[in-house]
Amino acid sequence: MTTSSVRATQPLRRAPRKSGAVAGRHTKSTANAIGVVLLVVMAFPIYWAIATSFKRGVDMTKVTPKWFPFPGTLLHYRDAWHKAFFLSSLRNSAIIVGLTVVIAIAAAFLAAVAVARTNFRGRKAYIVLIIVIQMIPQTALIVPLFVVLSNFHEQNQLIGVTFTYLAFILPFAVWTLRGFVANIPKDLEDAAMIDGCSRFSAFMRVTFPLIAPGLVATAIFAFIQAWNEFTFAYVIIQDNSKETATVWLASFITQEQVDWGGLMAGATMLSIPIVILFLLVQRHFATGLTAGAVKG
Amino acid sequence: MAAVGTELQPSRRQLASRRRLPLRQRAAKVGGPYLLILPSIVIILAVLAYPIYKLFELSFQTYQLPQLIHESHHKLGKAPVWVGFANFAKVFEDHQFWDVLWRTIMFTVVNVGATMILGTAIGVLLTKMSKPLRVVLSVVLILVWATPQVVGITIWNWLFDQQFGVINYTLTKLHLGHFVGHDWYTSSWQGFLVVTCVVVWGAIPFVAITMQAALTQVPDEILEAAAVDGASGLQAFRRITYPMLRPILVILTSLSVIWDFQVFTQVYILRDNRPEPWYYLMSIFSFIESFKVHNFGLGAALSLITMLIMISVSVFYIRQILRIGDAK
Repeated sequence: MTTSSVRATQPLRRAPRKSGAVAGRHTKSTANAIGVVLLVVMAFPIYWAIATSFKRGVDMTKVTPKWFPFPGTLLHYRDAWHKAFFLSSLRNSAIIVGLTVVIAIAAAFLAAVAVARTNFRGRKAYIVLIIVIQMIPQTALIVPLFVVLSNFHEQNQLIGVTFTYLAFILPFAVWTLRGFVANIPKDLEDAAMIDGCSRFSAFMRVTFPLIAPGLVATAIFAFIQAWNEFTFAYVIIQDNSKETATVWLASFITQEQVDWGGLMAGATMLSIPIVILFLLVQRHFATGLTAGAVKG
Repeated sequence: MAAVGTELQPSRRQLASRRRLPLRQRAAKVGGPYLLILPSIVIILAVLAYPIYKLFELSFQTYQLPQLIHESHHKLGKAPVWVGFANFAKVFEDHQFWDVLWRTIMFTVVNVGATMILGTAIGVLLTKMSKPLRVVLSVVLILVWATPQVVGITIWNWLFDQQFGVINYTLTKLHLGHFVGHDWYTSSWQGFLVVTCVVVWGAIPFVAITMQAALTQVPDEILEAAAVDGASGLQAFRRITYPMLRPILVILTSLSVIWDFQVFTQVYILRDNRPEPWYYLMSIFSFIESFKVHNFGLGAALSLITMLIMISVSVFYIRQILRIGDAK
């Protein structure tokens, strides 16, 4: 009884400033401790993949795991690099990803301006459409989608894969960009126009720089989705020379066996461009997702 | 930028009151929004309109191998037969459907719960921990995020490998049981534990990084003011932080539900493209009915049911989106 009443009144008796400072230091060390544990759990699979990619064959299949890849080998990287269709699959992925990102950004930006700035008739229907699109089980669409692409003669074509990706990426892209556009006061652009700018130059000089982080964030999202997608690329493309990087990667896994070393080496190589891009623009990306949701 | 805006505002108001839009500009203003959404609509409909229509059509037809042959080589096979709601009736009478639905709901609850709790916890930790650690953890989160799904699944499969898996070795060494040569997939409980590891591990970065960004948008001044006014940490959280985070929590939870209810690849690849019936989730059940049993009508009906369940569950999400999405 006594202890509970003491505990209950304690926060009131403490001076706010002092308690904040003490609690701050205490919270920080607790946060650091828990953070380290979670860090290890999250990082271990990645570490293990990279370590495996440097391990010699004999070290990979040991009952007592070898925790560190020493002595290591670059053999898996050489194998992966020289494996058939590595460079062509990279080129195909680059083409698909490049087109997807550019078209997605352009189309999503236009739609985002409309949704954020105007109250046109059918606006709610449009928003509901882009949300519901994301709820359709994608596996159910594989066969009819293939039929559509055949009708357009786009099966087994990179452009067919590109448009498929666009249809699934656009809804999320429109929504992310909407948040950015909505956060920019319209008055700013009007003011520049009064000052003698044309609508276009007002847009380019005032609005565009403010939306740029949002465009970058959306571009990264589209990039990741398109770069990592597997199922549709696997179904739509039949020629090995047209396969994408993830489909190429899956060729390390066959019915008989999995080439762990080669797979991990290939995966590590394919992750490098994304990680570099991500590190460059990570902050914008995170803000982009929440823009409008918290503030608006 | 803001300074420029305030400086110019009075002159803008004066001018705006004097100006009237000519007819052509007014027409452009009405048609404008439609032109702006046109490209996205055209792309989405060109790719998805027919597949979605076909999905609906199939679900009301008897459509099996003979019908598939009929469509590709005319006059051979049999034409599809319109059967009304027979596929749906068959689904609802099937015991397996209810088992699979229940399993999918449980799976979604566990996975969304774990993702949201761990993701939010990491998001909060990121704002509280010391800077070097925060940078390292952010890099790891990004690495995980950037890992292609197929690769992530394969890595976890390797970690849980029966013979050479690190997890079996570690659990045995820690005296948590005899795990030498343990096969994680003989029991569906343990098998789904592996699937959950893959799904949650891959989903945490998105939630954590978004939550961190959302938390940094809660203004410090308000929290400080609350502290000065004598609010405890818990009170400040309940009255200030939580209400501000609520919209983003709703959105993240709904997106997680949408993604986890549709989980397919993880189970399919972990079970070597041949999942046993006790590993069926809704998406796998529908896929197997379509492509292994070749009962495309029933498979389509299952997909539509999945979709309807998701839409009805996400009513809150859609309402939230429409609320924050009002044009300004």
